[in-house]
Amino acid sequence: MEFFYEYLWPLIWIAIKIGLIVAPLMGAVAYLTYAERKVLAAMQLRKGPNVVGPFGVLQPVADGIKLLGKEMILPAEADKIIFVGAPIFAFFISLIAWAVIPFGDGLVLADINVGLLYLIAVSSLCVYGILFAGWSSNSKYPFLSSLRAVAQLISYELVIGVVFVCVILFAGSLNLSEIVKSQEDGWFAFTLLFPIFIIYIIAVLAETNRHPFDLPEGESEIVAGFHTEYSSMAFAMFFLSEYANMILLSSIAVLLFLGGWLSPIPALDFIPGIIWFFVKVALFLFIFLWVRATLPRYRYDQLMSIGWKVLLPISFLWVVVVSAYVTFGV
Amino acid sequence: MMSFLRYIKIISLYDIVRGHILTFSYLFKRRVTINYPYEKGPLSPRFKGEHVLRRYPNGEERCIACKLCEVVCPAQAITIDSEFRQDGVRRTSRYEIDFNKCIFCGLCQEACPVDAIVESPNFEFGTWTKEELYYTKERLLEKGDLWEGAVASNLKANQKYR
Repeated sequence: MEFFYEYLWPLIWIAIKIGLIVAPLMGAVAYLTYAERKVLAAMQLRKGPNVVGPFGVLQPVADGIKLLGKEMILPAEADKIIFVGAPIFAFFISLIAWAVIPFGDGLVLADINVGLLYLIAVSSLCVYGILFAGWSSNSKYPFLSSLRAVAQLISYELVIGVVFVCVILFAGSLNLSEIVKSQEDGWFAFTLLFPIFIIYIIAVLAETNRHPFDLPEGESEIVAGFHTEYSSMAFAMFFLSEYANMILLSSIAVLLFLGGWLSPIPALDFIPGIIWFFVKVALFLFIFLWVRATLPRYRYDQLMSIGWKVLLPISFLWVVVVSAYVTFGV
Repeated sequence: MMSFLRYIKIISLYDIVRGHILTFSYLFKRRVTINYPYEKGPLSPRFKGEHVLRRYPNGEERCIACKLCEVVCPAQAITIDSEFRQDGVRRTSRYEIDFNKCIFCGLCQEACPVDAIVESPNFEFGTWTKEELYYTKERLLEKGDLWEGAVASNLKANQKYR
């Protein structure tokens, strides 16, 4: 009995908590695809999915069943083990980062003190999923796409790192819960960090391979990019990991800049923090869809020059400004 | 040399923000999509769809086997054989339209002296096989009975311009 309470139960409890994070996350991903199609349709004066279920709300379920029922094709030329492993790896990486995300006050799986550092480490690993997929497909378009993706993700990873440095300087902590608590006087997005917030939004679009920086998946140039050769569940896993990454980076934006679970005005404090968190993440996710409906794709050299020549110098400059502000307390 | 104003414009993302405001305003506009199988767009009385063979009100078929439509058809989609019926009247024994060939130009309708072959406003006659698009005389007459109302009202609406 002692064995059960001392060792087994904590393990089961963690497994339950992981389930409680992952299951709603998968649901959120499914309905993010639905929301994307609806928002894009609305902005283009179309109707969007409206046949399966009332207002088409069962469309993601239908899509999932369709993908499950399809055959997974293994190209003869592909490196089989890596080819199958790549989507699993990408999916896995997109889930493990959720361990340190606090959904509310104390509602966090692992409240570690280097949470932000952990996030940087994990999000750098995202690129491997794409690299494995592109290289092991042994086909020209996935190969080109994976080259593009690696260059793009590494460039914008730098920008995101510098953005995080600014936030760390401002909050004085690497613990995500501490960062949120230090925003009680005012959200970081509405302080000196506002330009950094905008840079973060742009960098996140590139980091998740979303429009207007979706060059690794550019349909008009390289078919479907790194998942050209993928079908069925392997493709679905790339899809899930891409959208889970979008939600992850939105939650990081909410935690770092938009006050996490804090309510916008004290009068609304009675609403639970977790609801505020979800509302803010949903609003931030809307930006992804909005940008997709507005901007055309950038050229590859433009993407690189924006990353290296514009965003990186500005964010470095802002590190200096923020350091001066924090040190001398102007 | 970039002018100072242009530099400010770029650094403040002026154009991009304006673009986003425009797309956001479209979010609340009325949808222009027609929910097709349930809603249909308006059709002109001159709409040229599936062909039908018409009858007189007493049930006698209009076609007199003059073969003008067969001659005028640019796609050579119409095939006609004629014979004298038991009562000594000349009528078609075979009247077939191959909709694989038909280009829906409407010349057969214009050539017909008795308004027998008319293009109905029906455009939903897609099939799974090519053979089903090979319409026989019986099929055309049957379709004529089905669409008589719409065809007659369209012809009436167009009478002034013929």
